[in-house]
Amino acid sequence: MTSPKALVLRTAGINCDAETVRALEGAGAPTDLFHLSKMIAEPGRFDDYGILVIPGGFSFGDDVAAGRIFAAELVHNLSKELVNFVDRGGLVLGICNGFQVLVETGLLDGSVGKRTERKVALYDNASMKFEARWVNLRSEESACPWLVPGEIWPVPVAHAEGRFVCRDDETLAALKSSGQVALRYVNPDGSAPGYPECPNGAVEQIAGICDPTGRVLGLMPHPERNLLPWNHPQWTRMDARQEGEGAGFFQRLVDVAKGSMASV
Amino acid sequence: MSPATTAPDAWRVEVFKRTAIHDPEGDKALHEVHELGLSGVESIRVGHGYLLSPSLSEAEAQTIAGELLCDPVLEESALIAPGSLPGPAPAGSRRVLVAPKPGVMDPIAESVKRIIKRTGRGDEDLETQTFRIFEMKGEVPTDELENICRRTLANVTIDTLRIDREDLPFGVPKGHGEGRGRVEISLLGLDDAGLEELSVKGELSLTLLEMQEIQKFYKSEGREPSACELETLAQTWSEHCKHKTFAGLIDFVDHSKEGSPTERIDNLLKSTIKRATTELDVPWCVSVFHDNAGIIEFDAGYDISFKVETHNHPSAIDPYGGAGTGIGGVIRDILGVGLGARPIANTNAFFVGMPDMPLEDLPKGCMHPRRILRGVVGGVRDYGNRMGIPTVSGGLWFDDRYVGNPLVYAGTVGLAKREFAHKTIEPGDLVVTLGGAVGRDGIHGATFSSIELTEDSEEDSASSVQIGNPIEEKRVLDAMLQARDRGLFRAVTDCGAGGLSSAVGEMGEEGGVDVDLSKVPLKYPGLASHEIWISEAQERMVLAVPEENLEELLDLCATEDVAATVIGTFNDTKRLVVRDAGEVICDIEMGFLHDGTPRYLRHAVWNPPTAPDPGCPAPSDHGETYNSALLGIMAAPDVRSKEWIIRQYDHEVQGNTVIKPLVGVQSDAPGNGSVLKPLPQSKKGVAIGCGANPRMGLLDPYAMAGAVIDEALRNVVAVGGDPEHTAILDNFSWGNCAKPENLGSLVLASKACYDAAMAFGTPFISGKDSLNNEFRVGDETIIIPPTLLLSAMSVVPDVATCVTMDAKEPGNRIYLVGDTKQEMGASHYLQHLGLDGGRVPTPDLEKAPLVMKTMHAVISEGLVSSCHDLSEGGLAAAAAEMAFAGGLGMDLHLSHLHDPAGWSNDQDEDAVLLFSESCTRFLVEVTAPHAEAFERCFREAGLGDIARPIGEVTAGSRLTIRGKTAPDCIELDIEELRSAHKGGFAG
Repeated sequence: MTSPKALVLRTAGINCDAETVRALEGAGAPTDLFHLSKMIAEPGRFDDYGILVIPGGFSFGDDVAAGRIFAAELVHNLSKELVNFVDRGGLVLGICNGFQVLVETGLLDGSVGKRTERKVALYDNASMKFEARWVNLRSEESACPWLVPGEIWPVPVAHAEGRFVCRDDETLAALKSSGQVALRYVNPDGSAPGYPECPNGAVEQIAGICDPTGRVLGLMPHPERNLLPWNHPQWTRMDARQEGEGAGFFQRLVDVAKGSMASV
Repeated sequence: MSPATTAPDAWRVEVFKRTAIHDPEGDKALHEVHELGLSGVESIRVGHGYLLSPSLSEAEAQTIAGELLCDPVLEESALIAPGSLPGPAPAGSRRVLVAPKPGVMDPIAESVKRIIKRTGRGDEDLETQTFRIFEMKGEVPTDELENICRRTLANVTIDTLRIDREDLPFGVPKGHGEGRGRVEISLLGLDDAGLEELSVKGELSLTLLEMQEIQKFYKSEGREPSACELETLAQTWSEHCKHKTFAGLIDFVDHSKEGSPTERIDNLLKSTIKRATTELDVPWCVSVFHDNAGIIEFDAGYDISFKVETHNHPSAIDPYGGAGTGIGGVIRDILGVGLGARPIANTNAFFVGMPDMPLEDLPKGCMHPRRILRGVVGGVRDYGNRMGIPTVSGGLWFDDRYVGNPLVYAGTVGLAKREFAHKTIEPGDLVVTLGGAVGRDGIHGATFSSIELTEDSEEDSASSVQIGNPIEEKRVLDAMLQARDRGLFRAVTDCGAGGLSSAVGEMGEEGGVDVDLSKVPLKYPGLASHEIWISEAQERMVLAVPEENLEELLDLCATEDVAATVIGTFNDTKRLVVRDAGEVICDIEMGFLHDGTPRYLRHAVWNPPTAPDPGCPAPSDHGETYNSALLGIMAAPDVRSKEWIIRQYDHEVQGNTVIKPLVGVQSDAPGNGSVLKPLPQSKKGVAIGCGANPRMGLLDPYAMAGAVIDEALRNVVAVGGDPEHTAILDNFSWGNCAKPENLGSLVLASKACYDAAMAFGTPFISGKDSLNNEFRVGDETIIIPPTLLLSAMSVVPDVATCVTMDAKEPGNRIYLVGDTKQEMGASHYLQHLGLDGGRVPTPDLEKAPLVMKTMHAVISEGLVSSCHDLSEGGLAAAAAEMAFAGGLGMDLHLSHLHDPAGWSNDQDEDAVLLFSESCTRFLVEVTAPHAEAFERCFREAGLGDIARPIGEVTAGSRLTIRGKTAPDCIELDIEELRSAHKGGFAG
């Protein structure tokens, strides 16, 4: 089966685009990197792709709030195309700033175009600091088809506004029951961590969520920074490795996209 | 109406966190206010405010507030009509408003304006401005409140501060009333006093000799200069741009050598630093000294480039903005080297006053070192992180003499294909600017950097402050590198110090250029012609574009949302012609502009310090033990963990950082150097390191320079860098070098740079100097210690062979490589005991290059499990760091070492062996099966038994070092060492 194409969307301030393209191409997906302005000019292009990734960075400088302005541009210009993209089986991944953008658009909690109904948010780390460090993630039992439930994997974070929060307890309960809690920060043994293993104070150590279909996933950590055998901070203490754990994450995304598009 | 009740004529949106949501910004502000002793403040709530044009309808303003400015989950907002006052603050609370002054860069407002327009609301003239609201509860005495606000929440140089007042300024800044067009200056008839007065009044920072030279030139031209011509000369001839001290004549007398004759030095730079590069003539240097950065060969058809800049004076006035624009500027140097390189790493180094300086000791007009440090860290963090460039290497040093004149160094490493290494300009090429519009920011930055700071600088120099907007620079980067790949321009340089005047003047130096300032996009009206010409408004590049490529370039820039403007044409007239308002405002020959600077004869002397050599006393002589001395050194501000800074820098973006600045089992130990693997198709890496030691500089600048070169090389060699493929960069920050004693130490340091670079075979590829770092308060002048930051960039042949410094495995042997000498001068040991003076470490230039080379060989061959270079705190500190990094113990025996050279019986030999900071030494962990091969490498290199086995890694958590005379010198738990290392001020 041929791989569906991937689209990496960038705008001013997105800065993890090169490594994200590298990750997708390494997993076998032919990948285009386009500026938002190009997609606004030619929205029909979304039909060419099976995977859409919004990478990390500081879109528009995170001015006003992280991801806010990029999301406003997307919602204003491309709401219909985005919703259609997911409806027809496309997979959407938002990493770090991309996760913040997805939250702001409402794609994860079904509030696209109904901003006042948004139920989840990401905001300032409890430490009051930008945090660049490695953490362990556990892929949870969730609707997201390309995560392996129970797997614990290392990955770096680098953000100042990654504290996941829900509007209320009912929202959190609903996210859990609908399989939307996709990734949690854990200790290496799987237990629930405090700071700094959970770097931002997120409610229930949530690092990433998906939409109810599982086809839209957002996470704060950066799997695209763990592709090389030498990315892990303790690689000089390990036996020789073939690749970093992030490579497998993208491989499964691309593999699932093949099936997902075929089923449409 | 009193000002307190006047509200600006603008829609006002105020956004606060909902009560149930944590407000970390408020906590942070509270922490800083408490730190200044205002303990009566119980809580601070921080709000974000926005002013929007009154021309918006209420419905539009409502939508903007709800859809854009406020988060529906986290926040609540209030909309206040133009001219109306916000509702009263909660009872017993004070409202403090902080807004950027009119004309000061407000990036958030720029973004808000942009999105409002792009989503179809608001018109072309829409104005926005942001402010911050601090709502304070508790006992807040009015008299102290303003003082505290100025010291923490606001920087009144750039911010408007309002306490319980709502009258925020809104709108564009007013012009100075000076017009556009040619302004003639009467120069020909002035006497010397008149010339000097003109230089001072015009903030030209030109000396009498230079003014006389200019007067002579205009007499020969038979005309008066224009204001624009004088400004252009002042910018081009500034110390910042011309390095007049280094390029001039110096008569040097070294009083440390008896009867030494006066030595005439013709161009210190060319006769020391550049000379080493020329004489070494290594084949892998691609472009050195003449471009915006130095370039060396890397691999697979790619080159790497490196530049390090100082940004000291702006950072003293506005630490956050100064450091941010410092890093922004050096990134542009990399974008402007050759045809532009992609930035792949940032570096930084800060030198500030002691973090625990009591408030009452702070000289008037200075910010507290903590505030400076927080500000400069924040500036580098926010600029570097937003640009998506990993900040991988740095340094931090403390000394009270930096209190009024902190030093901020910022560096960037670039990567580009070899074909992009050089630039050309053809007559007829268009002068195209990319990036931000021009305001009054940073006027006279180039000349300001060359003057002494005083207690009034904070107030006087507001216009010299530049505020950066990293996202604008990211846009420029994105557009420019695509344009480069498509071959759309022939030359590029950045707009840095001196603004367009320097950038255009430099690019047109060989041929000639004709520009029209009426084309330059402005942030607001009211700028005089010469202000447009010299403004240091940030985030701009200048390109030379063949006319046939213009359309494609403009299309590309439109897609990337970058302003691109044709402002003139390069030609072959050998003249710089500037027009504005239909007039020629500058017409001057390039030859005089660039080569007319008069050369100085300056005097330099070196008087060695007179403090007696304290030798090396035993710790017990000072009521200490070896253990307490080691713990004290581990906790010394210069030595202790910088983790609180490093973790705020994104050091992994781009995904290529393979040896990180923090290493070990818990990633909390200081690595030697960092390594990047920037090309997927190459196994090679780039190792980055640096060295500095201002205390050594005070005692012996010659020894210091050799020692810091050695240190920077140790950093890169210890992780796997090839010492024979390593380039170095010099950055001198010195006191006023018009004073012979300051210049004398500069001469000695430069001479050492030549000697060491020749011995190590490491060419200098770029450098920068900042030679007037003094702070005057009243009658007293505080001169900084002579501070040379030495940066090294080294090629790692295969990143898979890199090693880190954390101890790996119990039972492995520990070797000390290198000779320990009684060189306790400037050591942390003596400093800990409160002693000054002594012999400063200096590398043995006969042996050191061979040690480096052999270390590289054993690492490349996979014989080394871990390796740490010995620097601050010597052997004991290195062993402690390796042990706690690996979570393992270590058992070492000093009896396995030779007696240190220079040691005499009346001194404590164990203390010398433990704490001497002698150069070219490494602590190396080797497995038993590799031990023989490891030792053989050194023997076969002719280094004898320079690698001495001194003990082993142990399974426990004890660091044990047995002395020659004291059986249990060091006996400490690694957790105790770790916590000493991780204590102290952390932001």
